[in-house]
Amino acid sequence: MTNLIILPILIPLFTGVILIFLNKRITGQRVVATISSISTMIAAGLIVQKVRTDGIQFLNMSSWDAPFGITLVSDMFSALLVLTTSLISFVCLIYSFKSIGEEREKYYYYAVFNFLLVGVNGAFTTGDIFNLFVFFEVMLMSSYVLLVLGGTKIQLRESIKYLLVNVISSALFVIAVAYLYSVVGTLNMAHISSRINEISVNGMPGILTVIAVLFLIVFGLKGAIFPLYFWMPGSYYAPPTPVLALFGALLTKVGVYSITRTYTLFFYHDIEAFGILSILAILSIVFGVIGAIAYWDIKNIIIYNIIIAVGVILYGVSVMNIASISGAVYYLIHDMIIKAALFLLIGIVIKITGTSNLRNMSGLITRYPGLGWTFFIASLALAGIPPLSGFVGKLLIVQGGFEGESFIGGFITLMSSLLVLFSVMKIFINGFWGKDRIYSGEEKAPVKQLLIAPVILVVISAFYGIGTESILPYITQAAHTLINPNLYIDAVLKE
Amino acid sequence: MRKTNNLILETAIKVLLFFIVLYSVYIFTAGHYYPGGGFIGGLMTAGAIVLLLITYDIKTVEELLPVNYRILTAIGLLFAIGTSAGSLLFNVPFLTHAFGDVHLPLLGELSLHTATLFDLGVYFVVVGVTMTIIQTIGEDE
Repeated sequence: MTNLIILPILIPLFTGVILIFLNKRITGQRVVATISSISTMIAAGLIVQKVRTDGIQFLNMSSWDAPFGITLVSDMFSALLVLTTSLISFVCLIYSFKSIGEEREKYYYYAVFNFLLVGVNGAFTTGDIFNLFVFFEVMLMSSYVLLVLGGTKIQLRESIKYLLVNVISSALFVIAVAYLYSVVGTLNMAHISSRINEISVNGMPGILTVIAVLFLIVFGLKGAIFPLYFWMPGSYYAPPTPVLALFGALLTKVGVYSITRTYTLFFYHDIEAFGILSILAILSIVFGVIGAIAYWDIKNIIIYNIIIAVGVILYGVSVMNIASISGAVYYLIHDMIIKAALFLLIGIVIKITGTSNLRNMSGLITRYPGLGWTFFIASLALAGIPPLSGFVGKLLIVQGGFEGESFIGGFITLMSSLLVLFSVMKIFINGFWGKDRIYSGEEKAPVKQLLIAPVILVVISAFYGIGTESILPYITQAAHTLINPNLYIDAVLKE
Repeated sequence: MRKTNNLILETAIKVLLFFIVLYSVYIFTAGHYYPGGGFIGGLMTAGAIVLLLITYDIKTVEELLPVNYRILTAIGLLFAIGTSAGSLLFNVPFLTHAFGDVHLPLLGELSLHTATLFDLGVYFVVVGVTMTIIQTIGEDE
């Protein structure tokens, strides 16, 4: 089927519209949203298989041939990310049923939820740099709504900050695209890459380094790398858990994806830009670790762990050899799954205890053993204890780092794992061990039903780690395309 | 809140409204081959409704045009997505449109394009969104 790769964008879009009509019928909304989420997952799975057997897939929208029209391109990297996205959104959706509350459900929560997925899947799939901007906007507007929906004081305050930061970064995005267009005269990503290749025969022109850094700023703001993560701990602190899990697992990763895509496809000649990327990635790890250890608030600890993960992934990208890129792809998917799981788990903890301050909770494991052990496994996976899924990704990234003779970065990545383990174990030791306490309002928390969602994710993460042998071919295929931009260019332009 | 002394506006609007709406329809259909289209047409229609709002008040206009603008937006989106997704049935790339010349009684030769349906969707969305925004701001006062 020609239109296969647009389905993960089209299904949520269509669903979002249908849900607007159903806004007062909560059961109807849930049913429609679940069906759509499952079918998106199936479509994404089919795309992964299709790319595996037939190579890179593309779709020239409205039948305008590349590079003149807008092209959607699905290589293994983007196909895997779309699959992971639909999986996480499905799980967050189930979790929302029991936790988001009727008020939000009646005010278009599920509709906006689906529009967010349109933006995320679109950003992963598009092969046109301006279209990437458009999908970023779709994603951001939905995220504004999700962030402000409910209208509590902290949400309103943080929404203003979040809006300001993103409006500015969107303006910078357009400026960066305009710069790029003035240099290469095209917007199709494959075409841009081949044009840059032509003009970089005698070394990369300086203007392209400027553009590379501009893109790093724009995507870095979304992806929360050092020093552009300043807005994130505040903004992500505000929304309810399922939204937080979606943001933490998906939105920052779209920034990371965009950096990876533009740097490996456009700026692979540019050693300076890669140098900057590498330094910023390492600094993100360092500052993320400091934040994760310093805080006694469980939300903040996990939020700072996002920054660490972003640093680790981008460090893998900046080394740019086959091992490190495979590691980055592997780790990116691992991190999306496990971060979503952790956010959902701490959401349950907060529901039970009514606080996110670690000092005000203890002994949860006595009465909630399922929650405790799931959290324990998720923390081990996050830190990268074999055979769980964090291990292989980090191993490959460190291996790539040492092969690329970037010893400091490799070493810091290794050390960061220990401190990440410490930061999540701190939650486990203080929150789950110790004396059992009675919390007011805990009877109301539907712990068993809520626990289903994170358990699904943790099980998947475990299989992702144990079944590495069968998953690695997909990862290597993704890394292979990223290392050889010509594969991407040939697939889109020469047919 | 109803203003007391705007007789001129109230009289003029009864005539003007028709012209504005007619012109917006003209602009919308002109978008087929010339500058114009659903976006600007929708904006103009919304402008006409806003003019009504200025002359009268929200309540009167709601009685006059009992439209739920959020639903209108959703209908518009359905039109737009529906026409785009029609290409899925014919197994051609998404958003591909079809067109052809048709001979109709009374109207004569017409060139019809499925993009018009898409544009109609845009028209509804623009009217719906603009009016939702303006109503929301207006209600705050």
